[in-house]
Amino acid sequence: MPGLSKTRLSQLLDAALPVFAVAAALAVGAVMLLFLGVSPLEAYGALWDGAFGNANALAETLVKATPLLLVGLGICIAFRGDVINIGGEGQMVVGAILAILLGLNPPEWPGWMVITAALLAGFLGGAIWGAIPGFLKAYFGVNEILSTIMMNAIAVQLMNFLLRGPMIDPAQLEVASKIPQTARLADVFRLPRLVPTRLHLGAAIAVVLAVLVYILLWRTTMGYRIRAVGQNPHASRYAGINVKKNVVLALLLSGAFAGLAGAIQIYGVNYRMITDGSATGFTGSAGFNGIVAALFGQLHPLGTIPASVFFGALLVGANKMQRMVQVPSALITALNGLVVVFVVSSEVWRRRRQRRRLSAAVSAPEAADARETQATPMDRETSS
Amino acid sequence: MISDFFSMTVLVGILASGIRLATPYLYAAIGEVFGQRSGVLNLGVEGQMLLGAFAAFYVTFTTGNLWLGVLVAAIVGALMGLAMAVVTVNLQAEQGISGIGFYLFGLGMSDLLFQKLLGTVQTVSGFPKATIPVLSALPFIGDIFFSQNILVYGAFALVPVAWFVLNKTTLGLKIRAVGENPEAADSLGVSVARVRYFTIILGGTLSGIAGASLSIGMLNVFQQNMTSGLGFIAVALVYFGGWRPWGVLVGALLFSMVNSLQLWGQVLGIPLPSDIAVMMPYILTILVLVISVQRVRAPAALTKVFERGE
Repeated sequence: MPGLSKTRLSQLLDAALPVFAVAAALAVGAVMLLFLGVSPLEAYGALWDGAFGNANALAETLVKATPLLLVGLGICIAFRGDVINIGGEGQMVVGAILAILLGLNPPEWPGWMVITAALLAGFLGGAIWGAIPGFLKAYFGVNEILSTIMMNAIAVQLMNFLLRGPMIDPAQLEVASKIPQTARLADVFRLPRLVPTRLHLGAAIAVVLAVLVYILLWRTTMGYRIRAVGQNPHASRYAGINVKKNVVLALLLSGAFAGLAGAIQIYGVNYRMITDGSATGFTGSAGFNGIVAALFGQLHPLGTIPASVFFGALLVGANKMQRMVQVPSALITALNGLVVVFVVSSEVWRRRRQRRRLSAAVSAPEAADARETQATPMDRETSS
Repeated sequence: MISDFFSMTVLVGILASGIRLATPYLYAAIGEVFGQRSGVLNLGVEGQMLLGAFAAFYVTFTTGNLWLGVLVAAIVGALMGLAMAVVTVNLQAEQGISGIGFYLFGLGMSDLLFQKLLGTVQTVSGFPKATIPVLSALPFIGDIFFSQNILVYGAFALVPVAWFVLNKTTLGLKIRAVGENPEAADSLGVSVARVRYFTIILGGTLSGIAGASLSIGMLNVFQQNMTSGLGFIAVALVYFGGWRPWGVLVGALLFSMVNSLQLWGQVLGIPLPSDIAVMMPYILTILVLVISVQRVRAPAALTKVFERGE
């Protein structure tokens, strides 16, 4: 049946849109490289080599991908519930603060228990930092984009205050420099490494959680409600769903995953908290790049896994590119921005095809596939 | 120490630098007012400011011409605005998320250009003080208001101009109509797309100038991520100010005065943790958002995609 295969083709095109978006961004990057007098092949070659060239490179890529995936999972939940969480940076910071507080003042528990409790503390910290904007949106109509950005700034100042004062490494008080950092975690409180590289257990935890988030969103009532509110709050209200509660819940969960990302960054990679005055100094912009990864993964938890690896690879490879062909790694930040712009812009073609499929389905009902009408949050004409 | 803090000279110093610090907020937030009144949320302000700041600095650094620097910053901002307009008007992309994309682009691009073209932090001699005759001789007032540079005066002059354009001209009426009820505006023959192109490009232009006011009107250097969140605060100020230029002015002054107070506090060694002081405006913004949302309504079509009916 020609109609059916056309539908399949159109669905395939939909699935490939983010890939086209990335290809377009890389093409723009290639033009920029040419302007900088660098061969794009050489630069991207160095990037690939830096990201996947050997076991260590691959491990670094996965280490970088871990916070992107965790933040991205939170983004999947939030965006599916039609709330936009730009607060990943702040949620990571607060999660990390709570987590390290526990590790530096540990109860007399075995190491694995302290680690588990610390990760839960990070989850909780992010949840609180996400729930506040959620509450303000649900009950006071405060735009969550703005409030999460404000919460980022507040979290950064809180971190700076704590690391310069109450939580500063006692050893730093002895010396003149007074680097704003905490003491180091004891060796027993570090997340175990998986192979003889820097790859740690956190990466595996993130993958398991991706599956759990998938189950949460598509196999539980809670997830169904979040998505229903995201797709049509009015219909959800008539169906008896508490819209306000689900808005808070979506942002709370979204923040919680970012908080966990912060905690895992401390227990798996840094082993202490140090500030250069900005959030990026700690997060490496994972709070923003996680959004990029989730969008690239089509706001699907499982799609976000390869997406995170891809963007982790870009970030790690960028360092090698900087060394080999002297192109600042900031290029990758710019390209990430373009990926976001291209992905959200390409939604227009998906919507058009969807409409065409819908009208085709109306005229030929037997060919209709109910799943085709499933909308993603960004498909709706209006969102606020 | 504490008594020093309240001496008249210090007070004048705090107020004068408060006025100066309000400049980038004003340019960026007034630009954003136009965009939002026409129904478009531009979250890319921070990125536009960074690229504008770099462009202004680089042009001034290489040519020594400050006005050429401002012009190029404005053009760069306008081009970013044009891209934003294509993406949000024609391609109907989600405004908040695409704005974050533009922010990341500006952040990375300005950093890349800085490292490639300058390499290290350089300085230029930025806009000099332009004291206004007679008025600047007034006691206290003169030092606070009339001994600033030309970009500062421009920012404050922009407020009544924006108010006038929005409320007293046909163009302003069209902008507001498109932001409140695009379908009705369209049926009356107003081109929604054209109005939004205009406001988004205007917003980008002003954001570019806001960046210039930082890099060649205030700090006289360019550094990576030198705006550090200023552009996002400018967006918040629009909500804070209830989408009105005068409200934005109040918000901008509030933020800049707190910043100035905190800077002077550090200089004078006031024992207040500066991190906590810096936190206050953000908390205040959230509180004001809570209050103002109950009081002032956002433009009805804000962030909504407009599509002409068949």
